[in-house]
Amino acid sequence: MSLLDVNHLDVRFALRGGDVQALRDVCFSLDRGERLGIVGESGAGKSVAAFSLLNLIAKPGYIAGGSIRFDDQELIGVSDRQLRKIRGHRMSMIFQDPMMTLNPVLTIGEQMVECLKAHRRITTRQARTISLKRLQQVQIPSPEARLDQYPHELSGGMRQRVIIAVALLLDPDIIIADEPTTALDVTIQAEIMALLLELCETHNVGLILITHDLGVVSQVTQRMLVMYAGRVIEQGPTREIINDPQHPYTQGLINALPQMATPGERLNQIPGSMPSLSKLPSGCAFHPRCGFVQRSDGTDRQACREEVPAFVTSGNCQAACHMVAEMIDSERIPAQEQE
Amino acid sequence: MTSQTTRPASRWERFRDSYLLYSFKRDLIAQVSLLAFILLVTAAVLAPWLAPMDPYDLAQIDILASELPPLWIDGSDPTYLMGTDAQGRDLLSTILYGARVSLIIGFGAVAMQATLGVCFGLLAGYMGGRVDAFLMRLADIQLSFSTLMVAIIVGALFKAIFGGATFSTYAVPLLVLIIGLAEWPQYARTVRASVLAEKGKEYVDAARVMGLSSRRIMFRHILPNTLSPIFVISTVQVANAIISEAALSFLGLGMPETQPSLGSLIKSGFDYLQSGSWWITLIPGLVLVILVLVINLLGDWLRDVLNPRLYKG
Repeated sequence: MSLLDVNHLDVRFALRGGDVQALRDVCFSLDRGERLGIVGESGAGKSVAAFSLLNLIAKPGYIAGGSIRFDDQELIGVSDRQLRKIRGHRMSMIFQDPMMTLNPVLTIGEQMVECLKAHRRITTRQARTISLKRLQQVQIPSPEARLDQYPHELSGGMRQRVIIAVALLLDPDIIIADEPTTALDVTIQAEIMALLLELCETHNVGLILITHDLGVVSQVTQRMLVMYAGRVIEQGPTREIINDPQHPYTQGLINALPQMATPGERLNQIPGSMPSLSKLPSGCAFHPRCGFVQRSDGTDRQACREEVPAFVTSGNCQAACHMVAEMIDSERIPAQEQE
Repeated sequence: MTSQTTRPASRWERFRDSYLLYSFKRDLIAQVSLLAFILLVTAAVLAPWLAPMDPYDLAQIDILASELPPLWIDGSDPTYLMGTDAQGRDLLSTILYGARVSLIIGFGAVAMQATLGVCFGLLAGYMGGRVDAFLMRLADIQLSFSTLMVAIIVGALFKAIFGGATFSTYAVPLLVLIIGLAEWPQYARTVRASVLAEKGKEYVDAARVMGLSSRRIMFRHILPNTLSPIFVISTVQVANAIISEAALSFLGLGMPETQPSLGSLIKSGFDYLQSGSWWITLIPGLVLVILVLVINLLGDWLRDVLNPRLYKG
């Protein structure tokens, strides 16, 4: 039994033209202390997935189905009061923009103390001691002084350190980091990522890292999910997916990395752009952009246009692709014939 | 010196280095207004000690000394610096006591408006949906009655039901209630608008992610971020409440003659204006105008400081 089990999660947004499905049939799990990466283009549903874990999807979004089990407790349909005990306490979240996530009119110390006091019966003095310890752990220079400073007095990198300290405040089991370094300077990105990784390892905290930076994912996470148009299309151990991607979309993503391009030539991009969630193509949502709808012998693979692909297992990875499924089948049949 | 650099700035140091103080030092109007305001408030607060006589004490009143002119006019009595009113009360003392009543009602009514308005505005803005629709329609209905009309109806009803004597006893809390109830939508609307702007910001999401309750998020996280507009309208509203009270008193629905406010003083002198005793109306009127003016000037200055995007002219 994993610490977190997400099954067939279905999240919709009730818009004027009818419901739009932001997440379809999303399944994944996370073990204690495990680090999971979620990658995909903007609008693929990564952040919606993160917010739905804490049941914090803003209206008009709502969870239409599926289950989220955390530590043997179902989180969907639970009262807000129950969820508040989990938010911040057992699962916390780091947001993208450190400039915006701290309240501008409260000091760092006030915000940390408040978070502690919301979950534990402790005095302000005790809460300040814990806050100070956390600030020291995130290696902020002169942490005592920071407690009484306002967010605008800190630099972006320091603020993100403070936010990590807040996320760690109550020893959570899982930290969800939604693009934690996108808003930061490149030099600071690496520092913050290294810090996050180190803290997760020493405290045995599970990490769900949402990003579109494949480099970061490959350095930090053990397993990864690739999302496209609200659906998980490939998942497995990070190293295997990066080295040997199965799904054409994942292959396209990895090929698009600047390192993969020949110097002096254009980067390899995936043609087209992600479809709007309200007008998804039939069959595999990726087929209009996919170069593998035609088989190598020139015939069309009709299933790509008509059927939603199911997951097929290839090694330790799973991919939702008709082409991969066919390849696996064709490998298996000759093997059987030889016997 | 090096160990000093990391020490967090104390509240005093923050204030000393703040933009608020900086702009105050450069604004002569603000300085004069604040000085006048402080003088008026101190004089009003210290009225029982400063005033030469107690206008509420009937034993001290000499009816023969009525309608005496101020000191600088012929026929004055040196005991009465600003002359006396029609009942022989020392005008200076009456004005000091009257300003006290006016200020109590002004600040009391604004405290009431602010409490109601801020709570309703926060709820409407944060909860949205039906709560919002209900509270805002309530505010619309409230605003469609003029303050004076509500006050006249409530005051008249109270007088009719409980009699003039009870009205006199409870005049101050009643006026606070009436003016407070009539003007809360000003606050509710302003607060709601700011809450709607703040609600979408990420720190609110972050607070929810921390597991804080809606009440805590509203009062501890969103409210402090909406304080500057609240401060600004508070100054305007104090001035408005003082004027409302004066107007009501002038109409005979406010403070009774026995415990006059500035408004009822103006009214009591109005009858003697034709007979040449102009000072009974004019001097309290002048005090009222100065009081309201300096509050409004301070409010203007505060608005300019707290909202740097809004430059004058």
